Amino acid sequence: MTDNMRGKSAIVGVGHAGFGEAHGFSAYDVMAQSAHAALNDAGLKLSDVDGLFCTMMEDSMPALMAAEYLGIQPRYIDGTMTGGSSFVNYLTSATMALEAGLCDVALICYGSNQRTASGRLVTASKLPPYEGLYSPRYPISGYALAAARHMYEYGTTRENLADVAVAARAWASHNPEAFMRDPLTREDVLSSRMVGDPLTKLDCCLVTDGGGAIILVRADRAKDFPNAPVYVLGSAAESSHRQISQMKDFTVTAAKGSGKRAFAMADVTPADIDVVELYDAFTINTILFLEDLGFCKKGEGGAFVSEGRIAPGGALAVNTNGGGLSCVHPGMYGIFTIIEAARQIRGDAPGVQLKGVDLAVAHGNGGVLSSQVTAILGSQNTV
Amino acid sequence: MESALGPDAKFRDGLSKGQIDIPRCEDCDKSHFFPRINCPHCGSTTISWHRASGMGEVHTTTTVRRRPESGGDYNVCMVELAEGVRMMSRVDGIAPADVKIGMPVAVFVGDIDGNPAVLCKPAEG
Repeated sequence: MTDNMRGKSAIVGVGHAGFGEAHGFSAYDVMAQSAHAALNDAGLKLSDVDGLFCTMMEDSMPALMAAEYLGIQPRYIDGTMTGGSSFVNYLTSATMALEAGLCDVALICYGSNQRTASGRLVTASKLPPYEGLYSPRYPISGYALAAARHMYEYGTTRENLADVAVAARAWASHNPEAFMRDPLTREDVLSSRMVGDPLTKLDCCLVTDGGGAIILVRADRAKDFPNAPVYVLGSAAESSHRQISQMKDFTVTAAKGSGKRAFAMADVTPADIDVVELYDAFTINTILFLEDLGFCKKGEGGAFVSEGRIAPGGALAVNTNGGGLSCVHPGMYGIFTIIEAARQIRGDAPGVQLKGVDLAVAHGNGGVLSSQVTAILGSQNTV
Repeated sequence: MESALGPDAKFRDGLSKGQIDIPRCEDCDKSHFFPRINCPHCGSTTISWHRASGMGEVHTTTTVRRRPESGGDYNVCMVELAEGVRMMSRVDGIAPADVKIGMPVAVFVGDIDGNPAVLCKPAEG
């Protein structure tokens, strides 16, 4: 009876910190700054938090480290690590924990200083045993293998991929919080340095610092806070593999399953959605997820994203903050899909604020297209 | 008597002898890779081993770009063996840019940094 979860929890606070470069601050500092920003947004204090949902790229027990740093003793804790999708995944577990009375105020949070700490993706992962010998470059080689197969089967072009990056930059150019705001053309993307064919440097997400946090409460008290509540109408996950070499079909992700169930739970369809926030670690992601979530047919994603169709003023608003490609990408981006979706619904997005947003998709990706988690968020009008 | 080696060790033992041995489920008759104690298709734990035919096809491919002074560009691909399993590999003997999806390849045990490794080369004929 998954539809029992529809609208049972609401986001009442969002916050972020350390976008771009957070010189002199640790990953946990940035996580905590984000948590404080979200608590301030909700008019709550740290002592109100009794449920913690967190993972980090540091340590083997990051959720415990986060609780210790914040000085809280949560009575419910979830540190499930599915990569960058983890934070969208926590919308499900936090809603269940709130509904069951296991906690009353759920804090979902993340932080990273990967840019200033090392300038590259920080990961605790070991090389997969049957892949490491061939020295694929992680994670880009995995996404390149998927992109190459999509191009082979469906005629998707490098121009299609480039247009995803161009659209993301166009949104980011309006967003003062975005890290990259300079104009970007298709030619810029095509002529930038090839990193792993068919993906160039500009087909890849940014490497920045940054953190994000969300406060989730039961829906029955969602109106007791300063901001308009953003309801969790649907959330669903599916994972298909860990190592890219185990992906059964390189052109179809588990977003097909997670999307289908999230939409069913929310009782809406892709045609009802006002804005879509997807985890765009690489340009191929946006194409794969728009197909798998049902915004277009399999194989038609290339045409769907082309010629400004997902840019400002296009047919569908996708990654309105600029996404991981142009706004922020501190190792794991998933939480920012939720934050931007919630702000679009609340009406306080930092960049282009769309008019009359009632329904938004936040979609997280983890690993190498391994874990897919879809959430449908809605305004007061949808419950 | 049961093999004294676990599935991973048994596969690597084969490689060290120049053999590519692929696990196959005795119950559903499907091969799988990587080697493990259960069949990922049906869950059975009755697994037998079979020598690969050495024929395969490039399923998808990428060129990892690397500075010439560090060794230059190289290929990383997914090869689909005639037995129906896929694994990560590398096509040797041609330029990385010339490796194409659908290309028939011969699969053999080569060497990467002193370790036996499954490699490919363009199929003859």
